Amino acid sequence: MRSGDVLLKMEEVSKTFPGVKALSDVNFTLRQGEVHALMGENGAGKSTLIKVLTGVHPMDQGKVYLNGRPIVARSPLEAQHLGISTVYQEINLCTNLSVAENLYIGRLPRRRGAIDWKKMHADSEQLLRRLNLNLDVKKSLSDYSVAIQQMVAIARAVDMSSGVLILDEPTSSLDAQEVQQLFAVMRKLRDEGMGIVFVTHFLDQVYEITDRITILRNGSLVGEYETSKLSKSSLVTHMIGREWKEEDEHRKTESSYTPEVVMAAKSLTRAGSIKPVSLSVRKGEVVGLAGLLGSGRSEFANLIFGIDQADSGVMTLGAEQFQSMNPKKAIRQGIGFCPEDRKIAGIVGELTIRENIVLALQAKKGIFNYIPLKKQQEIAQRFIDLLRIKTPSMEQRIDNLSGGNQQKVILARWLATEPKLLILDEPTRGIDVGSKGEIRRLILDLAKSGLSILIISSELQEMIECADRIVVLRDRMQVGEISGGDMNEASIMKMIAEGGGTSEQYPQTGS
Amino acid sequence: MKLERMRLGLRINQNNIIIFSTLLLILLLYGAGSVLYTGFFSWQVFFNLFIDNAYLIIVATGLAFVIITGGIDLSVASVVAFISVVSASLLQQGMNAYAVMAICLIIGILFGAAQGYLIQRFDLHPWIVTLAGMFLARGASYFITTQSIVIENPTYLSISKYKIHLVGSNFISVSVIIALVVVALAVYAAKYTEFGRAVFAVGGSEKSSVLMGLPVPRITVLVYTISGFCSALGGIVFTFYMLSGYNLHLMGMEMDAIAACVIGGILLTGGFGYLVGPLLGVICSGIIQTIVMFQGTLSSWWTKIAVGFLLFLFILLQRVIVIRRQRRRVINHGSTMTPPQLQPLTNAEYSKL
Repeated sequence: MRSGDVLLKMEEVSKTFPGVKALSDVNFTLRQGEVHALMGENGAGKSTLIKVLTGVHPMDQGKVYLNGRPIVARSPLEAQHLGISTVYQEINLCTNLSVAENLYIGRLPRRRGAIDWKKMHADSEQLLRRLNLNLDVKKSLSDYSVAIQQMVAIARAVDMSSGVLILDEPTSSLDAQEVQQLFAVMRKLRDEGMGIVFVTHFLDQVYEITDRITILRNGSLVGEYETSKLSKSSLVTHMIGREWKEEDEHRKTESSYTPEVVMAAKSLTRAGSIKPVSLSVRKGEVVGLAGLLGSGRSEFANLIFGIDQADSGVMTLGAEQFQSMNPKKAIRQGIGFCPEDRKIAGIVGELTIRENIVLALQAKKGIFNYIPLKKQQEIAQRFIDLLRIKTPSMEQRIDNLSGGNQQKVILARWLATEPKLLILDEPTRGIDVGSKGEIRRLILDLAKSGLSILIISSELQEMIECADRIVVLRDRMQVGEISGGDMNEASIMKMIAEGGGTSEQYPQTGS
Repeated sequence: MKLERMRLGLRINQNNIIIFSTLLLILLLYGAGSVLYTGFFSWQVFFNLFIDNAYLIIVATGLAFVIITGGIDLSVASVVAFISVVSASLLQQGMNAYAVMAICLIIGILFGAAQGYLIQRFDLHPWIVTLAGMFLARGASYFITTQSIVIENPTYLSISKYKIHLVGSNFISVSVIIALVVVALAVYAAKYTEFGRAVFAVGGSEKSSVLMGLPVPRITVLVYTISGFCSALGGIVFTFYMLSGYNLHLMGMEMDAIAACVIGGILLTGGFGYLVGPLLGVICSGIIQTIVMFQGTLSSWWTKIAVGFLLFLFILLQRVIVIRRQRRRVINHGSTMTPPQLQPLTNAEYSKL
């Protein structure tokens, strides 16, 4: 076979999960000797496509051909036997075993019934040399960095594969230098004729390594493009799915912030998570954090609230300086945080609305300082009225409410602690249009009353409506800031795509 | 080259440091005993460590496989007692000694396999299943008899009395040979069979093992079967030693077996350890017991106190190693192998606030 021949072909693949059409009639073609990026926003169907291909989920409809022959993989193991190997973001190896064992376990070489360690070590060294790796294969895998472990996982996959290698976000926990190491290996494998499917959120990486891009949106195929012929901005447009129209935009008209700085973060950094970000929020100001998924938006919010610890950088809250933060301290300092996935990190489904509302306040006061029931009811009623939470009673279990009302309860929870700064990560995701509008209005009202808000949203329009200022992140880096009249979807998308011209100043070594 | 390999073979790393500390401890304890008490430093005292603990070595070695997969088997002591009662009562009824041994081993295998199947098939916690197994085996022995049955079978008596002479007039028993063979087989299986390495893989990460295509369900059932088999074999050896079957034998011995594994460097979290470890762990507590015996005035509970203290130390040591390993993973970049270092906790930042 020659380079360029079709290696893997998926035709008209459809997959429905209860209530969601995850994939509809998607075509995907992988050729010999190419690195093929699979792009799309969250929920576009990338991972479903991979999972269907590798047998994690059965497909409802469609055909898969490998080297021209139709195949059906019913389990990841079967896919592996067919020659389709996958390396996931999370490394699926045993770190307590040696490098060599991780490469060969399940098929250890034997001599007269016993494991032939000598042959295994020699084979391992040879296999790793193919990937330009020179490791002590007898050492346990835990002695090596995540990047090397990732490479060992790839080596195992390559050795078991018959030409198709799927890399599902392999770079998300690697630093720039490690990414280069990985790319060198990918190029080598490509030149040897392998077909590599590369899933990532990093635009720069796509342009650096891939030959073709397949874009998915809402479970449908947008198209297949040659990387060199697709500009970054049209890639982003294809992913997000619509051209921006000026007349759609309602910009925030009046700002209510005062010069007093509530929170200032200076060069907050966390290795493998986010590069230095500096940001200050004034009293009554709404600041938006824009960027694609995986750009570091949520990671930055986690640093501020102390869910993750910053490696370096200083935070100033009011008059005090902090080098490390934790959620308890953050609450006491007047920060509230509505996390991205309210189902997992926000609501406590078994508790009532009242209990959910007083939760953070109780945490702030300490568990021994019990809030009397009467007081709790007062607080709950106040916020049910204020936020217009639609419920027959405050003693309803919260999981009986609609998404929008659940979100309001979480807002109420943090408002009850009387915060100075409220961080909202995707406050309107998964709720209906009417509730979205209401939540947006609430955000504006709260800002007017003097609360500072940091808002993260995938919907640019939402941020343009609410924010006084938008900070743009890309590839875990702060690339620019837009405020006032310059804020529109076009300018933000341009900055996301091009990096606002500041990206070159950031060091690429990133160790 | 050869010299270099030998040196590398003895290189102390984080995987074998506990084994080395246990060996060092054995030497120190034995040395201390020898200096303090006359007659301590003799071959027979040393051999007696093995003779008195042969059953425990076998049981702990079987248990080690379970612990390496990240599980636990609490039923071992009850199985030993149950086997002692079963063999004593069968022998009392005049059954052939070798047939009795075969039946005992089959009971052990079935018992272990059943526990393993329940744990694997219904995804139950091994603590619960083997705790139930522990009560069941102990209860079943009451069901057979509540009395202690003395064994008078000539085959059992002759195996029990048989002395294998080593180094002059000093001797070991048949049980010691059995125990050493079990340890040797276990060491071989762990290092040179696909099953042995898979046991370590499952202990390292069950999820990864599944994704790497290992037959995790079969391995899980198999390790509990091995533990059941070793408990039964330990039961037979214990019966040689005691020459009686009694359901109150060895109450709480499962904890001694777990302690031996821990002191021998088998990590309770799974994935790490050498199969020679349980033997060393047993010898270690055996020496402490002997010292207490030679001392004469101390109550035998001092053995428990000393073993308890040791356990604490070794678990602490294990924890430190695990923490260092995690830290090293963060510190290490690329293929540059920087030596591991423990970083002081940054308490300063906390206290400042």
